[in-house]
Amino acid sequence: MGRYLLRRLAINVILVAIAASLAYMLAATTMNPRGAYEGRQPPVAEAVIDATLDEYNLNDKTPVLVRYGTWAKGVITGDFGRTWNGGSVNNEMGRRIMVSLRLLLIGTLVGFAVGVALGAISAVKQYKLTDRFIGVSSFVIMAVPVFVLATLLAIATYNLNRGLGFSLIEYTGEYNPRLSGFDQFLNRLNHLILPTISLSLGLIAFYSRIQRNMMLDVLNQDFVRTAMAKGLRRRTALTKHALRTALIPAATYFAFAFGTMFTGATFTEKIFAWHGMGAWLVDSINQNDVNSVAAVTFFTAVCVLFAAFLSDLLVAALDPRVRVS
Amino acid sequence: MSILEVRDLTVTFPGGIEAVRGVSYEVERGEVLGIVGESGSGKSVTSLAVMGLLPTNAVVSGSVKLHGQELLGMKEDEQIKVRGKTISMIFQDPLSAFTPVYTIGDQIAEAVRVHQNVGKDKAAKRAVELLDLVGIPNPGLRAKAFPHEFSGGMRQRAMIAMAIANDPDLLICDEPTTALDVTIQAQVLEVLKTAQQETGAGIVMITHDLGVIAGMADRVVVMYAGRPVEQGPVDDIYYRPRMPYTMGLLASIPRIDGEEGPLVPIDGNPPSPASLPPGCPFAPRCPMKVDMCDDEEPPLTPFGSGRHVACIRSHEIEHKGLTGADVFPVPVIPPNEVVRVPRAERPTVLELDDMIKHYPLLKGAIVKRRVGTVYAVDGISFDIAQGETLALVGESGCGKTTTLQQIMQLQPPEGGRVVVLGKDSAKLDKAGRKSLRGDLQIVFQDPMAALDPRMPVGDIIAEPLRAHGEKDVRPKVEELLELVGLAAEHAERYPQQFSGGQRQRIGIARALALEPKLLVLDEPVSALDVSIQAGVINLLDELKSRLGLSYLFVAHDLAVVRHLADRVAVMYLGRIAEIGTVEDVYDRPAHPYTQALLSAIPLPDPELERTRKRILLEGDLPSPADPPSGCRFRTRCPKFAVLSEAERRRCVDEEPSVARLANAVDHGAACHYAEEVEVITASDNQEEE
Amino acid sequence: MRSKVVLRRLFRNKQARYGTIALVVLVALAYLGPFVGPYDWTDKDFLAFLSPPGGDHWWGTTTIGQDMYAVTLRGMQKSIIIGFLVAIISTGLAAIVGAFAGYFGGWVDKVLMWGVDLLLVLPSFLIIAIISPRLREGASWLWFVVLLAAFSWMITSRVVRSMTLSLREREYVLAAVYMGIPRWKIIFRHIVPNLSSLLIIDATLNVSGAVIGEAALSFFGFGIQPPDVSLGTLIAEGSRNATGYPWLFAFPAGLLVLLVLSVNLIGDGLRDALDPGSNS
Repeated sequence: MGRYLLRRLAINVILVAIAASLAYMLAATTMNPRGAYEGRQPPVAEAVIDATLDEYNLNDKTPVLVRYGTWAKGVITGDFGRTWNGGSVNNEMGRRIMVSLRLLLIGTLVGFAVGVALGAISAVKQYKLTDRFIGVSSFVIMAVPVFVLATLLAIATYNLNRGLGFSLIEYTGEYNPRLSGFDQFLNRLNHLILPTISLSLGLIAFYSRIQRNMMLDVLNQDFVRTAMAKGLRRRTALTKHALRTALIPAATYFAFAFGTMFTGATFTEKIFAWHGMGAWLVDSINQNDVNSVAAVTFFTAVCVLFAAFLSDLLVAALDPRVRVS
Repeated sequence: MSILEVRDLTVTFPGGIEAVRGVSYEVERGEVLGIVGESGSGKSVTSLAVMGLLPTNAVVSGSVKLHGQELLGMKEDEQIKVRGKTISMIFQDPLSAFTPVYTIGDQIAEAVRVHQNVGKDKAAKRAVELLDLVGIPNPGLRAKAFPHEFSGGMRQRAMIAMAIANDPDLLICDEPTTALDVTIQAQVLEVLKTAQQETGAGIVMITHDLGVIAGMADRVVVMYAGRPVEQGPVDDIYYRPRMPYTMGLLASIPRIDGEEGPLVPIDGNPPSPASLPPGCPFAPRCPMKVDMCDDEEPPLTPFGSGRHVACIRSHEIEHKGLTGADVFPVPVIPPNEVVRVPRAERPTVLELDDMIKHYPLLKGAIVKRRVGTVYAVDGISFDIAQGETLALVGESGCGKTTTLQQIMQLQPPEGGRVVVLGKDSAKLDKAGRKSLRGDLQIVFQDPMAALDPRMPVGDIIAEPLRAHGEKDVRPKVEELLELVGLAAEHAERYPQQFSGGQRQRIGIARALALEPKLLVLDEPVSALDVSIQAGVINLLDELKSRLGLSYLFVAHDLAVVRHLADRVAVMYLGRIAEIGTVEDVYDRPAHPYTQALLSAIPLPDPELERTRKRILLEGDLPSPADPPSGCRFRTRCPKFAVLSEAERRRCVDEEPSVARLANAVDHGAACHYAEEVEVITASDNQEEE
Repeated sequence: MRSKVVLRRLFRNKQARYGTIALVVLVALAYLGPFVGPYDWTDKDFLAFLSPPGGDHWWGTTTIGQDMYAVTLRGMQKSIIIGFLVAIISTGLAAIVGAFAGYFGGWVDKVLMWGVDLLLVLPSFLIIAIISPRLREGASWLWFVVLLAAFSWMITSRVVRSMTLSLREREYVLAAVYMGIPRWKIIFRHIVPNLSSLLIIDATLNVSGAVIGEAALSFFGFGIQPPDVSLGTLIAEGSRNATGYPWLFAFPAGLLVLLVLSVNLIGDGLRDALDPGSNS
């Protein structure tokens, strides 16, 4: 088992490397950082631009493979290079990484836990009012894209706050820098509410549907009948035998959902004005910031693969059939 | 007083589907009640209704009394005190019946703790004791294993252990051995008998296998279309059936002690519970049907002492002493012209010479590496002469399917030779292989999976014709459909619109389309109900005579083999254990494995079953990746167990190969100490004599 | 014959019925609606900037005086077309890649699945966003369709592959092999048709996926480029002023949600009608 996981890890490292390289190549060949300097008034001399771009390893006159070599060398030593205007990508990433991770982790956990719980309830109460309510809600929520949902939430909060006359729930930014200590902690939590809701609501809907289907599959299986034939109550048989078994496929979806989460986070960050990795991606594409784009891609690939790895671990922990082989 | 009393039980599913339509029976203490019926007869639904385990949308009425206490309509609080305590149930498929994520020990301990106020440790200890009781080796260790780590037979034993954990008064066994091989079935039935002695429980035994019932039951209920059609003491039912369905059923089963020749078929198919015929549901298939049968459904009426029959002509049957063979028309199969020529003078259509097929045993999820070898087929030789049927028999994992695939692929084997119609598969080019495929065709086991559900039957049958360049296929398709007993207009329909037996006929028609010389039959009747089986077997027999075909018949059911085959080869762990003519192998088996196999098959004959001596094998089949040294069977061989130390050496060191037995023309066994013994009807009494 | 059964089951299914009705109404609105409205989507009414719904401008006007009704319907046309094209292309791609990988196995399977794994590691959103600057320079929106399709087939192809693996062992496929039928023919005759229910369901759900995907990318300006409009670009514009001028946001967002919802309803209904194992 340990060796298997180690090998998985090695393969993941290779996948991250390939993914980040691909993204770099793509960005380096399609983006034009020169444009940001060329259009300036007064015009900047071409030699000066070249020198600047060379310093940042962004010069399109250098063959792309050479630029890639320089970039890769840096990445291996932990240096992601410079942004389009000379800043350190590492510093920028350091500022932003926790912002995104906080949002992603909390959102994923809330989404997973609440979604699985709702799905299980829905399956047990199949065709009852609760089931229908959960089913219809999740159906509607899944049809609402994150950016619409986030905007709606922001509008609702704006009107709520205006109606109340004070800010009950914050809807822009990550925290209020004027506060300190415990107040700031509370303020940070307050700022988290809306982004977390908008990020996890879709996930909750997704998981509740998956988990409901998985549970229904399991409910008709023989072992649930066996558990009841032993003399267990229906409720006990369902939670102890059916839910426990139906968690396994849900755990495999964990990996898959994370990629979508990152996309969702990009919108959430942009709309609620958080300075996270997702917002950075959008900004850096607009600024033709090749190295930043590559860095964000690297981060996403690591996150996705880590989620895949975690979901493997989770499945192995839940399913003895996988554990042994 | 009886333990269980079922009165007028009916079960209706949404859509007005009446799965069970008035079942009444009672079970006494220590008694075994057998419920037989084909698929869809309502036998399993009945037992689930008794346990209160039907889905909530099923409507159940009637009365189910356990020790005089009404179970139907009971509150869950009361139900859970009865379930698993007074009544336990053993399910058919033991793999899906255990929760995959908990250990076997934990699941048995859970059953103990639900009803007994004991601690965790004590319950775990009790679980180990129970596993020991049902004959699981190393119970302490095995209790910590997960269900998927158990073999099928072991899981069924564990299931029995769980069912008897709380000393139930009544055990309901729903097809407890259907998923198992015969030698394992014999073991499990033995365990069941032990469990019954241990608990003194009454048993309701539900199965489609009339042999199993004959050996176990005291009384029998025969179900058809959701209703009992005949019930009574086991001897009455088996020796003096008074309802045509029971008569036909008993006459239609092939027997290992039976004779060759056509079987008694029952025409038609069981009715669907959604559209029952008016009157007697068996009337459309009944050769004794009179007009009155359509008027109303005959009630189950008392008939003599302790038995009930639902047929208006039962007294007439009794009076005339009719049997199934008298009532049901038996087809006349023309004699086989080819067989008149002595075997040695006929051309050989298939020859296998020391054929080997090994699979690599792989490990690893992404980068696979080889950690061993599965010796699936490890050197087998046999040949088939024109007009002959050779049966390849053996239990799951013996390599018979691999052998068959290797032959069908027409590729060079890993070792040895495969020669089809005189052509060595290793020396074929692409065109030669394709033209040879026309002479070698296959009929598959599962009639559901063998036909593409998206193609009309006409296209399915025409597919091989078109593949071999024939343009005008229509007349040929019609001819083929008629040949297998279907109508030409059936070509327009889709496979889903046919019953299992009809689908199998379509599969046969497709296989015959290219007028092959050798037909490979892969368990062609094992997925069919008994009453349907006979018709398909007869058809195969008839086609062989009419078209001069040769068959390679792969099967696990030795009774069917006896009827269809001329010669038989018994496989064990990738090797042939015994080969010879059907008469020689069945009547005078020489290999201890063949002997055990034949003696494990239950006969639909209660008297014989009561006195029959069984040779029980120990344990499970060893893994084909790690076969024992020397003779592969020695680890389970009853003969090996009684040999002297010196004699055993030879079994351990030297792998026996098939040697012709001294006094036979066509009979060989791969055993150092082969000895012909009669086992099918061998009884304890005979031995004493 | 079978399709008739499916259609009957589909229309007995309440979800699918409502979904189909809604979709038909939406498509009719998108393509016939503009003929009814008083303004063309390119018209600018210099007398009415940001006027609320009512009067001549049924759904109000934009900051530059465009008629919201005309513009939104024009955007919806684009969204619908993109959704259907992407769904057809990506499902077809998924079917072919998955079936070939699953049926041939060996190195074909390995190479294809490594590609799929790699594409799954990078969210498609990210890749399209990176490539999108190229599209800004006057490239046709059809390139955008190709891009969207190229990055949305992977999950379906994995499902197709695993189903092919089990179909490959089916006896009717073996029977075809033993008849001497070439392998590519077996894939198209016996494998793909037997995956059709999965593919139809997936194609339907891919429509809604593509509609959302298009809108998401356009929301950041990575998709449809001005002067052309789609629901995504309209929502992006509307959301900036959503508190003050809600009609700019409400109409495109509402129609997007309705569109996705109706397609999902049909997809779900189809699943019930086509999949005999499902409960209904």
